Order: sequence, then C-alpha cells, then structure tokens
Amino acid sequence: MTISIRQVEKSFGRYPALGGVSLEIKDGELLALLGPSGSGKTTLLRAIAGLEFPDKGQIAFDAQDVTFAGAAERGVGFVFQQYALFKHMTVARNVAFGLDVRKGKAKPSKAAIAARVEELLNLVELGGLGKRYPSQLSGGQRQRVALARALAVNPRVLLLDEPFGALDATVRKSLRKELRRIHDATGVTTIFVTHDQEEALELADRVAILNHGVIEQVGTPAEVHDAPASPFVCGFVGEANRFEGEVSGGVFRAGGIGVAAPGVADGKAVAFVRPHEFVIAPAGFGAHIQRVTLQGPLAHVEAVTSDGIRLQIVASRADAANYAAGATANLTVRAAHVYPA
Amino acid sequence: MFRRRSAIPGFGLTLGITLTLLSVVVLIPLSAVALKAAGIGWDGFVAAGFSERAMRAYRLSFGAAFAAAAINGVFGMITAWALVRYQFPGKTVLNALVDLPFALPTAVAGIALVTLYQPGNLLGVWLDALHIKAAFNFTGVTIALTFIGLPFVVRTLEPIMRDLAADVEEAAASLGASRWQTVMRVVLPSLGPAWLTGFALAFARGVGEYGSVIFIAGNLPFKTEIAPLLIVIQLEQYEYGAAASIAVVMLLVSFAMLFVINAIQAYARRLAA
Repeated sequence: MTISIRQVEKSFGRYPALGGVSLEIKDGELLALLGPSGSGKTTLLRAIAGLEFPDKGQIAFDAQDVTFAGAAERGVGFVFQQYALFKHMTVARNVAFGLDVRKGKAKPSKAAIAARVEELLNLVELGGLGKRYPSQLSGGQRQRVALARALAVNPRVLLLDEPFGALDATVRKSLRKELRRIHDATGVTTIFVTHDQEEALELADRVAILNHGVIEQVGTPAEVHDAPASPFVCGFVGEANRFEGEVSGGVFRAGGIGVAAPGVADGKAVAFVRPHEFVIAPAGFGAHIQRVTLQGPLAHVEAVTSDGIRLQIVASRADAANYAAGATANLTVRAAHVYPA
Repeated sequence: MFRRRSAIPGFGLTLGITLTLLSVVVLIPLSAVALKAAGIGWDGFVAAGFSERAMRAYRLSFGAAFAAAAINGVFGMITAWALVRYQFPGKTVLNALVDLPFALPTAVAGIALVTLYQPGNLLGVWLDALHIKAAFNFTGVTIALTFIGLPFVVRTLEPIMRDLAADVEEAAASLGASRWQTVMRVVLPSLGPAWLTGFALAFARGVGEYGSVIFIAGNLPFKTEIAPLLIVIQLEQYEYGAAASIAVVMLLVSFAMLFVINAIQAYARRLAA
C-alpha cells in the first residue's frame, strides 16, 4: 500500500509541530523518519496512525482519504517505544488481542487465532513463551511481543515509534536486523521513527530527514549521506567537521584549510568535511596531532590546526603511522560539502 | 540469613519502631480483648459471641459493609475517573468534597443522613412515594456506610488511574478495539489490584463504623442493631466478657477477610509487576 502525505500541518497550542509536510511512501518500502527531538517525526507518525489529527492537509492510503479516520479504522500496526503491552495478559493473549476484539464474522475461530499467535511468536523468535506475562520478559523480548501483536491484524502499514530507544546497544543492533528480516518476510509497508542516524542508514530503504517540522531531504541512505541537500542534513547524517569561512573564486577557505567549492557563490560559507576526507600531503596545512585511538580497522585522530580549528580525522590503520600524538602532520582536504552561509 | 547486608539504611531502627508501636497500640490491646473473652470460659464465649442477637448483628454489619463497599466500588471508580481524566469547572471543590467523609465527625454525618432520609423529610418524601424505606433498616445502614467509605475507593484508585500509560489505550485502539472494549479489557483489568485495595479499606471501615450508623439504623435488637453497637450495649451493662467475645468474633472475621483480599492482591501484583 502506498501512503500519500500532502501538505500536513499540525500545531500543539502555539507550538508548531509540522509545517506543511509532503511525503510519498511506496508499497512495501521500509522508510525511516529521522530527526532530532522536537523535529515533528513522532507527530507525523502518529498522524499516519490516526492517533493525532492534522490541522491542515491530507493523508491517503492508496486512493482512500484517511485524514480523519480513527486509529481503529485504519488497519495500522503501531509499536510504541515503551512497548505498551497489556500487563495483565499473557504474551499469547497480547498477540491475539487485535483478533479477539473483532466482532461477528470478522472474528476468526479460537483455533485460527491460536494458530496465528503461534505463527507470529515463531516469526519473532519467541516460540514457547506464549504463557508468560510481559513482566517475565526482557526489554528486547517485550518489544518482539509488541511487534508480533501489531503484525497479528495483518496491518496495511506497520508504524514504529523509536522502537529500539529503550533497549541497550547490543539488543538494539540484533533487533534492528530482526526488523529488517521480518519486513522482508512479510513485505508490509513499514515506517519507523528514530533519532539515531546510524539506525536509519543501516535499516531503511529510504530516509526522510525532518527538522523543525519540515522535511529537509528524502532519499536512500547513500543519497542523504553523500549528497546532503542542506547544511542541516550534512551535519546530522554521518560525522562531519564544520568549518566557517569564505568562498572566493570557487575555493573555500577557513584559516589554512582550503578546498574546492565548485558552483558556490563568493561570500561567507560553511563547509562540512567527513573525517575520512583528510589526507596526508606535504604541501598541505599543518595540524598538531593530540590524540590517536585505534578502533578495529580505523584510527581516530584528534588534531588542531595552527589557527586553533579542531579536527576529527579517521584514517585507515595502514595510515595510522603518519599520525603520531604530539607531532605535526601536513594535511589537505579531498572533498567537502560547502553551503553559502 | 534473616537480615542481609544492604546499603539501604535504617532497617533495624524502622523495624524496631514499627514492632514496638504495633505492639503498644494494636497487638497488646487486641490480646487484652482476647484475654477478656477467655475470662468467661469457652461456653460463655460461644453463648455471648454466637447468640442469636449477635449473629443478626454480624449479618447486618458485614452485609451492609459489603454492600456499601460494592456500591463505592462502582461509584468511587466513576468519581475517580471523572476527577483524573477531565478538567471541568468546580473540580477543586468536588475534589475537596470527596475527602469530607474523612474529616467530618461521623455523628454529624449520621444526623445529616437521618434528616434527609427519614420518612416525611426531604429525600424521604420522594422515597416514600416510591415505597422505599431508606432509614431505620438495612438500606439506611448501607447508605451511612457508603457515605463514609467513598473516599477510600476514590483515593486509592486516583494515583493508579493517573499512572495508566496513555500508550496502552492507544495500542488497543490501533489494534481495532472500540472504546468500550478498551475500557473493559484493558483499563479496568489493570485497575484490579488498586480497586480491591479500595474495596477492602471501605469494607473494613464500614464494619467498624459506629458513629454515623447508630442514628440512621434504628437500633432494634435482632433487626437493625449493628455489631459495634451491641458491643457498646454489653459494655454499658458491665458484661465485659460478652462484649469482648463479640469483639473477638468480629476481629477474626475481619482479619480473615482482609487476609484473603491481601493474598489476591499479592497474586495480581506479581502478574502486573
């Protein structure tokens, strides 16, 4: 199912949460809504779910306008950050809930519900835990139950609000892979909200980046990382050194640092340089190396230029020999994203 | 070991003070009651504690307390819901009114109720027309006990209702549950343990209530005489042994009921933890 969001606006009192958001979500896609807190990403997700209603604009599922349809009518599966499980019910009853509350002919038989619960618990790798209560499960297991419960009703779209936010790093990583696997197995259109760019880039087919209630860019993880549409996206997605300087004749300069800035008009500008875009060059600017830490195949280098600009550099282990703490290295910048300030 | 090493201070001190205070104000007086009852021998105890008159009084006291707690269980829950969920003009006043039965001398409440419900008076006139008698009988006793028990249910449910996470109800809605289904299957069951606490407190308060009831009960032996009143009557006749016997029976029944309710709660809480 495709979801079309057209010029959606929403404010809470005098605080604008969404300022005219338009977005198309393709059938079967896994899309991430990425942004800092207060960017409106959760509000947008809740508007798609029918838990929040826009002040202006339209939301359509395929051709059907659902802007003001309640959550119960939309056929969405929603997964909350804090799981929101029914504590007084067993895991199996939790998963069965969406089928149990159906009325008349729409309600499957007891045996059919039990079979569906079994199938879903196996899908989220919780087979055999149906008789437990949520309080007897770990955080990661609870979120799997929440996922199974949301999938039980065969939702037209699966919506997840910071689904891994309350979990520790190891569980988060494994559950990420799990979500991707489940998405590929079920093929259901999925939208998840996160403030963790690594999570968004790793998991999603496409990423929509929000800031102050507007979408800054929508694209594949590679597009938003390598071709950021705005200074905000550039600073938010991936690591970057931010330099304030001036462009003159297609070249950006900040202190001793210079880098090509083709197509950028002369004047004040901001440059973002990825940590791996620094290379050793005898003719380059000098930087005093303060600290070198080795992490797996990479060396993280902290340095400061003679103008007092701090640099974060990532080099391969093979190049690490060129950076010695306390020494001075001559560097140049291979590439940068430059925006007029 | 009984006492584990712990960084949480004050175990010895607090437990010591608790046990001392409990002994002085609860356990020793209660055992004195039991001793007094034992003073008239087993036959005397049975004769006084299980006389026809005493049995009728127990039935009225426990029955009316149970009925009142059940009524409060329903209306107290609705009151708590209204106070927690909605903003409306006069909310602060209503909030204060709920606590009034805590503060009001119970005799005042009794006099007020009898003035209202007595046949021929204010509400009594309307009830007469419907052929309902709401004073000097079981109904009257229940009304008085409902009045004094209400705040217990409201105040125990309020904090739990406030803490009910909105996302649980949203989850139910997103799964297709109607509002009614959400309330019946998700909200009410999670209030269960707190509701039971409120019910137990209101019930216990009702069983022990004296001041407000004696005005509206009518106090006819075998008919509208509550057990606490019977104890007072025995005391006035210097029948200390008989009074203590009735007290012991009430004590045991109350303790047994509260114990069972606590056990149910402990079970429910283990699931909800």
